[in-house]
Amino acid sequence: MAMHGMRGLSIFISDIRNCQNKEQERLRVDKELGNIRNRFKKEKGLTPYDKKKYVWKMLYIYMLGYDVDFGHMEAVSLISAPKYPEKQVGYIVTSCLLNENHDFLRLAINTVRNDIIGQNETFQCLALTLVGNIGGREFAESLAPDVQKLLLSSSCRPLVRKKAALCLLRLFRKNPDVVNVDGWADRMTQLLDERDLGVLTSSMSLLVALVSNNHEAYWTCLPKCVKILERLARNQDVPQEYTYYGIPSPWLQVKTMRALQYFPTIEDPNTRRTLFEVLQWILMGTDVVKNVNKNNASHAVLFEALALVMHLDAEKEMMSQCVALLGKFIAVREPNIRYLGLENMTRMLIVADVQESIKRHQAQIITSLKDPDISICRRALDLLYGMCDITNAKDIVEELLQYLNSADFTMLEELSLKAAILAEKFAPDLSWYVDVILQLIEKAGDFISDDIWFHVVQFVTNNDDLQPYAAAKAKEYLDKPAVDEKMVKVCAYILGEYSHLLARRPGCSPKEIFSIIHEKLPSVSTTTIPLLLSAYAKILMHTQPPDQVLQNQIWTIFTKELRYESCIDAEIQQRAVEYFALSRKGAAVMDILGEMPKFPERQSSLIKKAEDAEADTAEQSALKLRAQQQPSNALVVTDQHPSNGEPLPVFVGQLSVVKAPNMNNTEDHSSTEQVLSQENGNLSQVDQQPPSADPLSDLLGPLAIEGPPGATVQYENSAVSGLESGPDVVDGSAIVPVEVGTNTIQPIGNIAVRFHALCLKDSGVLYEDPYIQIGIKAEWRAHQGRLVLFLGNKNTSPLVSVQALILPPAHLKMELSLVPDTIPPRAQVQCPLEVVNLRPSRDVAVLDFSYKFGTHMVNIKLRLPAVLNKFLQPLPVSAEEFFPQWRSLSGPPLKLQEVVRGVRPMALPEMANLLHSYRIAISPGLDPNPNNLVASTTFYSENTRAIVCLVRIETDPADRTQLRMTLASGDPTLTFELKEFIKEQLVSIPTVAQAPTPAPPAAPPTPQIPPNDPAALLTDLL
Amino acid sequence: MGIRFILMVNKQGQTRLAQYYEWLTLEERRALEGEIVRKCLARNEQQCSFVEHRNYKIVYRRYASLFFLVGVDNDENELAILEFIHLLVETMDRHFGNVCELDIMFHLEKAHFMLEEMVMNGSIVETSKANILSPIQLMDKAS
Repeated sequence: MAMHGMRGLSIFISDIRNCQNKEQERLRVDKELGNIRNRFKKEKGLTPYDKKKYVWKMLYIYMLGYDVDFGHMEAVSLISAPKYPEKQVGYIVTSCLLNENHDFLRLAINTVRNDIIGQNETFQCLALTLVGNIGGREFAESLAPDVQKLLLSSSCRPLVRKKAALCLLRLFRKNPDVVNVDGWADRMTQLLDERDLGVLTSSMSLLVALVSNNHEAYWTCLPKCVKILERLARNQDVPQEYTYYGIPSPWLQVKTMRALQYFPTIEDPNTRRTLFEVLQWILMGTDVVKNVNKNNASHAVLFEALALVMHLDAEKEMMSQCVALLGKFIAVREPNIRYLGLENMTRMLIVADVQESIKRHQAQIITSLKDPDISICRRALDLLYGMCDITNAKDIVEELLQYLNSADFTMLEELSLKAAILAEKFAPDLSWYVDVILQLIEKAGDFISDDIWFHVVQFVTNNDDLQPYAAAKAKEYLDKPAVDEKMVKVCAYILGEYSHLLARRPGCSPKEIFSIIHEKLPSVSTTTIPLLLSAYAKILMHTQPPDQVLQNQIWTIFTKELRYESCIDAEIQQRAVEYFALSRKGAAVMDILGEMPKFPERQSSLIKKAEDAEADTAEQSALKLRAQQQPSNALVVTDQHPSNGEPLPVFVGQLSVVKAPNMNNTEDHSSTEQVLSQENGNLSQVDQQPPSADPLSDLLGPLAIEGPPGATVQYENSAVSGLESGPDVVDGSAIVPVEVGTNTIQPIGNIAVRFHALCLKDSGVLYEDPYIQIGIKAEWRAHQGRLVLFLGNKNTSPLVSVQALILPPAHLKMELSLVPDTIPPRAQVQCPLEVVNLRPSRDVAVLDFSYKFGTHMVNIKLRLPAVLNKFLQPLPVSAEEFFPQWRSLSGPPLKLQEVVRGVRPMALPEMANLLHSYRIAISPGLDPNPNNLVASTTFYSENTRAIVCLVRIETDPADRTQLRMTLASGDPTLTFELKEFIKEQLVSIPTVAQAPTPAPPAAPPTPQIPPNDPAALLTDLL
Repeated sequence: MGIRFILMVNKQGQTRLAQYYEWLTLEERRALEGEIVRKCLARNEQQCSFVEHRNYKIVYRRYASLFFLVGVDNDENELAILEFIHLLVETMDRHFGNVCELDIMFHLEKAHFMLEEMVMNGSIVETSKANILSPIQLMDKAS
């Protein structure tokens, strides 16, 4: 179709389309913006046609995501053009580019008003639409009476009046006073007698807004709404153009039932009876049909009817009919209906007396929890959470725990929190509660917030009977080979407090307990070590009679072996010193190391959270509750599939699509994708086309109007491929979770080594296993970076369900381009990742990557080498530059000094090289002492911009394991982060016993609980 | 207030049409479109047509290479929106005849005209295809 002469626009769009990459696109856009700007500047000779063309280009550019900060005046000025085509463009583009607070809009207000009150109805429509979309308060005050007049006018045609209705809705939202409630309710009531469905649809939206604000004023509208619903649903009295696949305007039906939900109740018995008859008609009369569009439309009406039934507090019989329907829906395979079934069942939980019948569907809901579709999982999780009580808590929580093994990464946090809350709220016995939380920590330690384990400690402390059990469990968990750090914390704490209760059991002597805990020490971080030290001290205190060997061993740890007495961490140091001193005093200070006192009984913060959450759900549910009628052609119920586990292909074709009659010829031009999918009988093939496949074929392919997405297509395909097609893994996955074989695939090479190598260089392999290789190539410029991930499939079959998720730390803005769902055999896919550094931090971004090969689901989490040093630029400085800056940055927090011990011994040139490789430039000769290094670099981030950092390292040739480091920069965070960063590179994990350097002044032993103590933290929390 | 935005995005994630019914800054739009496109395009055909994102619910539908994504409030009737997308596509189909991505790309103004006849301020105005298309047909005749 011709562009009506806007050739320039067509050419521009083609140019944009032909751009190979974003950079080219930007250049083309910039060129065009420059061109438009020039043309607008010399306004003379610019015809309305030119303006129209340029304004469309501006809109196009804006849509592509580029800022268009000029030309708004030209767009607005087109509104006053005399001819329709220009005026129309002016109105549409203005409402896209400007918002209600824009000054230029105010300039147009008179023109807009003139169009509204004028005689040209097409102009009236344009003006009403603009005001309806972006009109502000000022418009409300000056235009409301005119708009009301149009809406009610009998001489006005429907095409104007329907727009006036929604325009008035906007004005009402901007200023509710513009609708005078006294007189307006009557007019609104009359308006609902309207025969034209366009006007009625718009007026119904207006009514919904009005009644949600003040339902009492509009009570006379209620019987009218019931009448409209009766006319549509029951009598099917609408013009052909307003029936959609045989359903009388489903949108107006839904809107009308929505309006009815804002009236608290229906008092008039006749109206009530009529309404229930209609609702019953909808509930009974909705069948499942083959045509997907018809089916969706009728079910849209059905779900809304169900919400209204629940709102009206119908008779018990009707309610249980609703629950039964929802029970059917949550068991079908068609994902949309199942999703809505779960959602509405959750809303139904607030209706009295139905909880018990909902509980009967528990097994079915749990099936949905394990669905690979995260939208469905979430609905199932919410429902399980809402329906959980003392009777089913054990089952539900255990299901949640089991699901933790396979759940989607983005669900873990919510899932573990909900499991923890339910366990706490409904625990049938306390030992079960302890079991649950320990399992949670084991399976999802990273996602468990600290307060969850603090609570376990609190419960154990307050319940004497529980203590031996908890201690035994803690020992069991700690005995395992690889233990999550949070698990080490909680177990060490419990064992420190209560392991003496186990003393007589085999394998539980103080010595054995001590060595189980101590084994974990080398692998934990400095925040956990204090907890271990407390445990050691407590074990020692509880060992009666004293065990000399154990005592010496622990004392050595406190004083020498791990050098905690001279440890760089003040907390660890203080504890080591104090515990050593205390334990030497023996029985005299037993009380200090005795068991923690009981905690005061208060409401748990978790339960509080839970109650808040409940309040939220209650609010939502009050809005609408929905139910549904039993379909006569039953959809397949998932738990009915035969014992061999194959999904039943029973409802093949029942939901498949029937083409709209006017689109018969689309089939001939079906896109390659469709042909492909039908040949294969498996739509997952669609995505196996690489995204780089010829875009032309996609563009030229018709939109396949007869082939809507979703599972419906899948049924159709099953029909094509025949009923006896073998078990299809993908197909069945809606019910049977795909085998999870996360551990069966071993990476090739050491992931940590690869990561560290990539921290120093800009390209290389990040990860490799037998199926995939992930390479990285990076370019860094100041605070920005562009990484390209190369995903290479090493096999002759495709990798499917490929998903990449970036988990950026707070200081990085990261944008990953689209990662295709499938990597074709032997193909490599490139995914650019844009990085912006906002501020200095050492946190590391993580790539959560997963794919499926055969039945193996592989999920890996990889650190990304977008680390601090990538935003550095070596900057050699001269003495004249260095010293004035060095002096001007005096003292903390801008200048920090630290004595670093446990340095990996290395010669000075080696250290210089190391710094150099992290992009920190050495300036030789600046420091007169040849054992010292002076270096400098520039750090870039969006917040700090370019900022110079100066480094001085003083080494001791006699002892290469220690040095003094001084860092200075104009930003305190940067100084600290860079200092820590360099330290991390220089220090190796302290393992060698070292002659202690002169002991730092030890703080006098105090019986206070150190601040890191969970008990202390707990007290704070409560 | 019902519909918050309507996006048409191709398989490569390029926006072909964007219409917002609440004001978002350009940065917010870019971020939102990026997130939504990433989420929705990664989903497969066996999954449902609804995705929860921030405080929106995205109802989406795929036609060949083009995705139609509609952001709605949490209490909108999802199936009604899903079929509204189909009504939009049928309307475009009636006008263009076998509408494809290129039609929307090169006739962005027409796509906007149609949308403007169908949705206003986040509410549905008109669902009769004949009524939706009559202003455009008038204009085509005039030119």
